[in-house]
Amino acid sequence: MNITQLSVFLENKPARLQHVLKVLADREINIRTLTIAEVSDFGILRMIVNKPEEAYAALKEAHVTCSRTEVLAVALEDAPGALYRLIDSFSGQRQLNIEYMYAFSDRHGDHSVMVFRFEDIEAAKAALQEQGYTIMSRAEIHG
Amino acid sequence: MLDPERESMPLPALRQLQLERLRWSVRHAFENNACYRAKFQAAGFHPDQLRSLDDLRRIPFLTKQEMRDQAPYGLFAVPMKEVVRVHSSSGTTGNATVAGYTRADVELWSDLMARTIASAGGGPEDVLQVAYGYGLFTGGLGAHYGGERIGATVIPISGGNTERQLMLIRDFGTTMLACTPSYAINMADFAARRNPPFDFRKTRLRRGIFGAEPWTEAMRREIEQRMGIDAYDIYGLSEVIGPGVACECSAKSGMHVNEDVFLVEIIDPATGEVLPEGSQGEIVYTSLTKQCCPVIRYRSRDITRLYREGCPCGRTLVKMEKVRGRSDDMLIIRGVNVFPSQVEALLMEVEGVEPHYQIVVDRHTALDDVEVMVEVEEAIFSDELKVMNALSEQIAARMRSVLGISAKVTLVEPQTIERSAGKAMRVIDRRKP
Repeated sequence: MNITQLSVFLENKPARLQHVLKVLADREINIRTLTIAEVSDFGILRMIVNKPEEAYAALKEAHVTCSRTEVLAVALEDAPGALYRLIDSFSGQRQLNIEYMYAFSDRHGDHSVMVFRFEDIEAAKAALQEQGYTIMSRAEIHG
Repeated sequence: MLDPERESMPLPALRQLQLERLRWSVRHAFENNACYRAKFQAAGFHPDQLRSLDDLRRIPFLTKQEMRDQAPYGLFAVPMKEVVRVHSSSGTTGNATVAGYTRADVELWSDLMARTIASAGGGPEDVLQVAYGYGLFTGGLGAHYGGERIGATVIPISGGNTERQLMLIRDFGTTMLACTPSYAINMADFAARRNPPFDFRKTRLRRGIFGAEPWTEAMRREIEQRMGIDAYDIYGLSEVIGPGVACECSAKSGMHVNEDVFLVEIIDPATGEVLPEGSQGEIVYTSLTKQCCPVIRYRSRDITRLYREGCPCGRTLVKMEKVRGRSDDMLIIRGVNVFPSQVEALLMEVEGVEPHYQIVVDRHTALDDVEVMVEVEEAIFSDELKVMNALSEQIAARMRSVLGISAKVTLVEPQTIERSAGKAMRVIDRRKP
């Protein structure tokens, strides 16, 4: 089962991010990693949290526009050229389109974790596993 | 049909009835109200000149401004001891207007609203939840008295407190809802956000009468689909009597005007010239039986069209189209006439966009700036920026091609656009007059 990313619509106005973070803090939800993509008027907050279903319900209840997206988390050696080699490994034989990606470092190991949103998640998963990459499980990521 | 004798009257008989009643109404205004008498005399008109319905054209119009100037009691034509009720318009575009009712006026209004409820398929077995605001606004008490008149079970909950509205729909077995269309959508939104979502289809709710603000066919489809009901358009103005002036029938193709008590004309809003039946223009009302506040040739500012056709429901009363907008609400943006309802229809066409929007017009340079703010609900939200950008571009492109105006489209968070249980704040015009 793939891991769940929460995507939140944020207007570019004071205290909007704060509001979302408070909703999560009040429910004792831990954010493992986040990234924000923005244009001038609004942004999309993407995050991986420890309890995605509970977080989703809490945000909906607080009238926050929020959706769930399946993403892949791939363990990656924390070393020069590692990301290049990963991307390079499938760029030749398959056309796998990356919509966006971001990273975080794992607390326990010495490796990084790359989060990918692929156009075709199942094809990407198969391709990466074929190349020997470790796809991280829900238990490992959401904790 | 509640009153087949009146509602399906052959046209010649209707015209005869209208003429008799018009003579009474005009004479009543002339003899019992100083303002009307002065107006008629200044125009060289006397009630004796009224020999046919066409002679109505000799009478000067009554404008909204005159109504405001005469508020509160300047247009009353009965002594105060006969007045049992007053209502007042929301007064959103200036000073409020005031309308008074004698006991007979309240009776008339109750009959008209009972007709409205029957026209939407309602009857004594219905449980009618009145979620229009009660108070000076005519919506709440109008629907309430009509419901009681027809013998329905009336739940006078008034507007707001959406959680409670849903609870009563479920627990009290509401079969018919009366509120503004924007509040109905608000209710559907609220119901969908509940966890688990509130399912209207598991209740006894079957129909609704919605009015007090302009709405579109697209909004009707949305309400019908989301609530699993038949949605009927009802129409009225507090200056004329309140809701009950016109209402849709089972055909849902225009609203039958209660012509036996209100005479309607369509005029060119620019020249005041009476236009032939079927033309689009401003609708003008003349009350035929009202006692306290007779309205003689009242210019409503509502833009619509009247047409007569054999209606499958059997009513012979003339039909009016959905109001295309009030000429008060009409925005002139860089010389282009734009009605908020057109923007709304366009937003509904762009798949999934719910009609929570606001148009802001401002003038920073010589040109008018238009901004359309649209709330982003989960149905149209994507985690990809390019999809969100495409959505606002698509709306802007439709505004350009359909309405001929370029607008900045801003996507905003849900619940950020000001609204109330009553009327939605659709337009903010910041231009200096």
